[in-house]
Amino acid sequence: MKHRTFFWFILPTALSMLVFIAMPIVSVVTQSVYTPHEAVLVETESCGPFGCSKETVIDQAATKSLREAEPLGRFVGLEIYLDRGHLAVDEVAQAWRDSEGISEFISELNNLPFYRAMGFTLTYTFTVAPLMLLLGFLIAVSVNRLNRYLKGLVIFFSLLPMIVSPLIGSLVLFWMVDSRGILGTFLQWVAGDPDLSVKASTSLTWVMLIVYGVWHAAPFSFIVFYAGLQTLPGDLLESAQIDGANRWQRTWHIVVPHLLPLVTFVALIQLMDNFRVFEPIVGFNSEAHATSLSWFIFNDLGGETRLLSSASATSVLTIIGVAILLAPVLVRTWRDYQRKG
Amino acid sequence: MRTHSEKNPVHLSVLINGFVILWLLMAAFPFLWTVWGSFKVELDFFSIANWTNALTGENTQRTHEGAFTAAAYEGAWLQEEFWLAAINTAIVCVSVVVISLTFGTLGAYALSRSTHKYTFWLLITALIFRAMPPVTLVAGYLLPFFEWNLWGHLSTSIIVLVAINQPFTLWMLHSFFQKIPKDLDESAKVDGCNQFQAFWHVIIPVMWPGVITTGLFSFLLAYNDFAVTAMLLAKENHTMVPKIASFLGTTQTEGNVMFAVASVVSATAPLFILIMFFQRQIVAGLTQGAVKG
Repeated sequence: MKHRTFFWFILPTALSMLVFIAMPIVSVVTQSVYTPHEAVLVETESCGPFGCSKETVIDQAATKSLREAEPLGRFVGLEIYLDRGHLAVDEVAQAWRDSEGISEFISELNNLPFYRAMGFTLTYTFTVAPLMLLLGFLIAVSVNRLNRYLKGLVIFFSLLPMIVSPLIGSLVLFWMVDSRGILGTFLQWVAGDPDLSVKASTSLTWVMLIVYGVWHAAPFSFIVFYAGLQTLPGDLLESAQIDGANRWQRTWHIVVPHLLPLVTFVALIQLMDNFRVFEPIVGFNSEAHATSLSWFIFNDLGGETRLLSSASATSVLTIIGVAILLAPVLVRTWRDYQRKG
Repeated sequence: MRTHSEKNPVHLSVLINGFVILWLLMAAFPFLWTVWGSFKVELDFFSIANWTNALTGENTQRTHEGAFTAAAYEGAWLQEEFWLAAINTAIVCVSVVVISLTFGTLGAYALSRSTHKYTFWLLITALIFRAMPPVTLVAGYLLPFFEWNLWGHLSTSIIVLVAINQPFTLWMLHSFFQKIPKDLDESAKVDGCNQFQAFWHVIIPVMWPGVITTGLFSFLLAYNDFAVTAMLLAKENHTMVPKIASFLGTTQTEGNVMFAVASVVSATAPLFILIMFFQRQIVAGLTQGAVKG
């Protein structure tokens, strides 16, 4: 294809990505090193019958005009990144000096909002991925043995948890697990504790969010593995059977290696997507016990005063995190490309 | 696989069938339960006294003379104007799908037919963009959108969603286009078509399955989005998902849980129908990237 033709074909999509993805990234990076102007203070002297007193008041007009003239605010460099709401360098150094052991240090870190959000995001990302792979694999192997009519039915219902909006999915589970809901009541009965409330406990909240994550993501790995099972080398299985391999040996030595490339694919996509966990935090109303980096950004932006600088700094840190998780995918794509020439 | 293996021993069949039933329960029961509960009053769906109230609807009978009531739907759809959110969602979804597919097919076609090296780098860039959590971009939109008075409108959100959607659309359509032999457009060009005519009259007619599958996923992205629509739309322009979130209430305002339950059911129904008609395409789309790699 000629460069010229290519250009016109690619123009709409490239332009939309340039304006609404690339430029916002630049804008986010810029905003993260600026902070709004402080209010302009003026000192006025007010004199009354009992003498004069000086007082400092905010010059509303001057503040407004300054903020309008420079909406970005003043340049502060990396200050926002290092403040208490983000990397909290001073607090971390302090905690490192003061704490006796590594566990005390970690619990100190947990008091800092950014590290708490980071802690949950990473825990969520790295527990949901293996669990959803396992559950998806088990469902795929089981469903593969059903007859054709039942397969369609199971696939139909399996798609539901994955396809609904994460907010809706988490709300549906949240209402059931509420202490007055059906699952909540069931758990109270199992635990023998009528006051048990999942949303009041930090560890149970984490478990609930991870269960939601697996529930939401397992259909994806199920479908992918199920498709992979349809291309199993039949003659290989047959000859293994003739050679006396039992069911488990065949599963372990033929089925699992056959699906392994799909496992990497699903795992890489999952790591990337789970890192942005956000809607479940809103749906489960769990910000007292578990927050994530994305929720952090949303919370900064959603308040009465939009904390653009703070949100931008968190965004940049999140993007760095995504980039680290993305690196293996990029390497893989590069290798594929080299192989194909 | 079945044809090659010996007959399953009984205990294994029981185990497998039991597991499938368990999974079906896990996947479907929460939705069925919520649909059932949406026709009750809050005291029944969230019952302190006895969980069986949710089944029998004891309080619902007392207040509404019947075990079922549509009060929650009435409140959400009419009183809280959920219908407006539904219309907004329809506008956003249709526009996003149409524009995404237009931009996407043109771009992905070019990427699949050009042999120059820059196509690879464009695809890699798209992959990087695909990995960006949308909420990280929102902070970048707000300031310019406020400055230029773009904030709050449906059209702004539509174009933002289209852009966020592009990387994924490009990748998916690209892999569909690559399956179509290049000889097809070559022969069209020999017959006197230019590149665009070859694309429009020869390639697109055989691309429909790929376009429909990709369109479904664009639709889902727009339909399910929360971060972008909640932050970029004015309150009266909210689509369904942010509207549901607003029913939940905040520390300042009291929400109404039953309105949220009813609207959650209302917003899930179209997806249910979607799976019914397009199950095959959705499955094809999910496995698209995977099986070839």
